Amino acid sequence: MTEAPACTSSELMIINAARLLRDGDVVFVGVGQPNLACNLAKRTHAPNLLMIYEAGVIGAEPARLPLSIGDPTLVSGALSVVSMYDIFALYLQRGNVDVGFLGGAQIDRFGNINATIIGDDYTHPKVRLPGSGGAQEIAAWAQRCYIMTPHQKRRFPEKVDFLTSAGFLGGKDERTRLGLPGRGPVGVVTDIGYLEPDETGELILTALHPGKTVEMARQNTGWDLKVAPRLRSTEPVTETELRILRQELDPAGIYLKGGG
Amino acid sequence: MSKLVPLAEAIARHVHDGDLVYAAGFTHLIPFAAGHEIIRQRKRDLVLARATPDLIYDQMVAAGCARKVIFSYMGNPGVGSLRIVRAAIEAGRLEWEEYSHFGMISRLQAAAAGLPFMPMNPTGATDLERANPLIRRVTDPYSGKEVITVPPLHPDVAIVHVQRADVQGNAHLWGILGEQKEVAFAARRVILTAEEIVDEAVIRSDPNRTLIPALRVEAVCHVPYAAHPSYAQGYYDRDNEFYLEWDRISQSEQAVQAWLEEWVYGVNDRQEYWSRLGPEVQARLKVAARPSAPVDYGQY
Repeated sequence: MTEAPACTSSELMIINAARLLRDGDVVFVGVGQPNLACNLAKRTHAPNLLMIYEAGVIGAEPARLPLSIGDPTLVSGALSVVSMYDIFALYLQRGNVDVGFLGGAQIDRFGNINATIIGDDYTHPKVRLPGSGGAQEIAAWAQRCYIMTPHQKRRFPEKVDFLTSAGFLGGKDERTRLGLPGRGPVGVVTDIGYLEPDETGELILTALHPGKTVEMARQNTGWDLKVAPRLRSTEPVTETELRILRQELDPAGIYLKGGG
Repeated sequence: MSKLVPLAEAIARHVHDGDLVYAAGFTHLIPFAAGHEIIRQRKRDLVLARATPDLIYDQMVAAGCARKVIFSYMGNPGVGSLRIVRAAIEAGRLEWEEYSHFGMISRLQAAAAGLPFMPMNPTGATDLERANPLIRRVTDPYSGKEVITVPPLHPDVAIVHVQRADVQGNAHLWGILGEQKEVAFAARRVILTAEEIVDEAVIRSDPNRTLIPALRVEAVCHVPYAAHPSYAQGYYDRDNEFYLEWDRISQSEQAVQAWLEEWVYGVNDRQEYWSRLGPEVQARLKVAARPSAPVDYGQY
């Protein structure tokens, strides 16, 4: 076996997130790492990826890395630009989005996300986080949601302090009963591996990145993390993926440096 | 009838202490010049509403203009935390009211259309509903299922920056459209700032691009570069370096006050601000042309 090229934790997550996208997917792109993952997928295996940005841009083809979700490079050469109301109503709510990427300060056992406050009192937050933005509706209506987050115990509590975006709530049955159009969080990409919901909606470890162990995953998870019977290993990152990320997409290393 | 007035006069006349102010623009066309003028005129006890408070409300909160913020995403876009608003909330010095982006925009849509409320589909995430008593439920009379409702948001004054307008306030804007049209119809008073003032004939040459009509507008102000460090599509770039720099400045109260002193209180208007930025920054924000193919409305 040839040695995989060395990469940072951020690069490992972005590359593995990119691989989850299918050619032809309509994806609601978040800024930062999800944006890199989507652009990487588009330049490798998914040239027909349709990228939608919550600022109202459809079919963006950014010529440079957008720092913000509303960068002018997203607009020039796009297929369409619409108002914020239209992007959430006509595109997301109407069911025209296949994939959403989400992140948050906390992701719990059932894939619920907190991006609002840390602490148990909303009116006196220990830490005030940015809040939902588009996440609350993306989590409900995108067909498949993927979450990208570094694998740390404080980020994976048993239960979120505040429910900003619905995962499987108290379990898959509860989400099903509500009749939400989206299937929920179908995968969580971390720098250790990959978590997916089991039949009850509980996130379990289904894959490890090369060199990572079950123990590392369990030690960095805030609940008793189960391991899938057939634990997979993700493919090593390739020189091509790293070259596109480092040379074409984020040459200044704004989003790639994290996590050493 | 011309509504063209200097920005200072428009702010003095239309923004009052205690008003609910909505400075529009999702990342694009954020009316920083008007925000700075509000700071200079030392307006107080404002309720500041925006989907993304952005640096403009961080600065206005730092200057002591606000008693409350209404928002749906409180971050420095692409950079991280919005430090001043966040610290003020955590310290209990600033009231806040919160929605998802879609909830916030639905409030404007309801107000703009003159509706009593806007129905929304439940998302399963109920904590915000519990935290914010203005988010409620009613039974859909057709399906019998519960739907979420949000009330209309009628700002006392909306400030909207556009690429070009005529002196009456008919406005063309393009690029990211955010909530500019909705807020212009939702607000009680609208102050327009524009990169360019053009003849009515220019507006009439492309009527589909007129998102804001004069009948909604109280004052028109000619303020080139009014959006910096935000941007105006086709006119100048977003100053991403400043967004990153603000992350450093806003770590120290002293640095923030020094910044306000130099760049807000220490200048008379946007023209002086822009020239103080200097040729290097001005050159960095220049943008090459990429015009659209013209459309033909036909001569009838």
